[in-house]
Amino acid sequence: MPNEISGAPPESYFALGKPYETDAYNLSQGKRLYSWFGCGSCHGDDGRGGVGPSFLDGWWLYGPEMVSIVASIRDGRPHGMPAFRDRMPIEQIWQLAGYVQAIGSYRPKVAAPSRNDDNQSRPAENRGPAKILFDPGPVGVHPDQGPSP
Amino acid sequence: MRIVRNGLLAVALAVSGCSGNQSAMDPDGGPAIHIAHLIIGIVAVCGVAWVLVMVMLAAALLRGRGRTGREITNERSLMRAVIAAVAVTVVIVAALTVSSFFTTRGIGVPEPAAMTITVRGQQWWWQVMYADSGPNASFETANEIHIPVGRDVRLELQSADVIHSFWVPSLAGKQDLVPGRSNILLLRAEKPGIYRGQCAEFCGLQHGHMAVLVIAEAPADYERWAAGQRQTALLPSNPEALAGQAVFLGKPCAACHTIRGTSAHGKTGPDLTHIGSRLTLAAGLVETTRGSLAAWIADPQTVKPGNNMPTVALTGVELQQISTYMEGLK
Repeated sequence: MPNEISGAPPESYFALGKPYETDAYNLSQGKRLYSWFGCGSCHGDDGRGGVGPSFLDGWWLYGPEMVSIVASIRDGRPHGMPAFRDRMPIEQIWQLAGYVQAIGSYRPKVAAPSRNDDNQSRPAENRGPAKILFDPGPVGVHPDQGPSP
Repeated sequence: MRIVRNGLLAVALAVSGCSGNQSAMDPDGGPAIHIAHLIIGIVAVCGVAWVLVMVMLAAALLRGRGRTGREITNERSLMRAVIAAVAVTVVIVAALTVSSFFTTRGIGVPEPAAMTITVRGQQWWWQVMYADSGPNASFETANEIHIPVGRDVRLELQSADVIHSFWVPSLAGKQDLVPGRSNILLLRAEKPGIYRGQCAEFCGLQHGHMAVLVIAEAPADYERWAAGQRQTALLPSNPEALAGQAVFLGKPCAACHTIRGTSAHGKTGPDLTHIGSRLTLAAGLVETTRGSLAAWIADPQTVKPGNNMPTVALTGVELQQISTYMEGLK
């Protein structure tokens, strides 16, 4: 697992083929964690955004790299993103980050998490929702976070 | 000789399997008794019919082809025999169908049931919610359903993820738990006891380790138990357990589990307010002891691979403290 200081993934992560990004089981677990830990209360149940930024508009405030997403979840970010360091073990943070990356990715991943039981409110994860719902002028960016990207 | 002895042993084992812990042939509850009567009735009737058919067949085979003198005079009586056999078959099948209808009626849920318990299947454990009327009356437990003896209990069966099936053979028939809807099952125990049941619909990797215990008690004992469960968790007096509480609240444990009376309000995992009072841990996998609690917390993925409890990094001392705390939550 990533060490406590830098958050860089261990070598085994690459040897296993980046499981948190590419493996259906981990994406499914990430999807469950997304609802279990109430991510939807700020980012929207389908990732469309609300109080917090959207994952589906194609814009990444801190970049789409896994390390950056993990750092956002683990340590929190300014303007409201809480730190989940003391609420989730690091492996679960990586699973959740993999799912967040999957719904915000411009290119659909080969693996997909399990489907919803209720009606879809956006294209499913394996269709690349952020590619379809790309928004050239993102909304909800806090002015302190600099000019719109 | 040895073959005979082994055969007898096998028969004895098979027969002993029919009574005791978990069998539809050992009914102790109203609906299960109806079902057992139906099983025995159908087997008896079909058994007699089968014996009669075999006797007739044997007679026909042994009769031989020699005596063929009275064919023409026999034609009419043969026809009568065939009509009689068809009529008897129709009557038997109709009677079995009617008795099956009556059994189904007998296991139905009467509208004003004494109490309702919501059971929610999860991969791979049972969430049990008691919502009695009155102030502060609702509480939650897991993998263990306490019911008063001799009272109709209405179970509202729901599922959080996939289809499960609730089956306590000694008390009632099977009923599926389907995501997005509630199914109703009548549960009734005629005498006190601990009845084991399990998930009867394949629901994933740990389907085999998804047991549920129904504990039927005299109404007074049940009320005492329910009053105890309604209490919030006591502040531990033992310093080690107190340290364990601090570890629990500071680590990710509290994000998924609830302990009423503390700041832990997680809803994902089982409610742990009175975990020390439950007989088993991890849906009937192991007995609840301090040692099994520690083993479970230290490495849940080895004890029950694939379950949703993650390994939380703890030092040896923290593990001691937290398992003492858990054991003390009576």
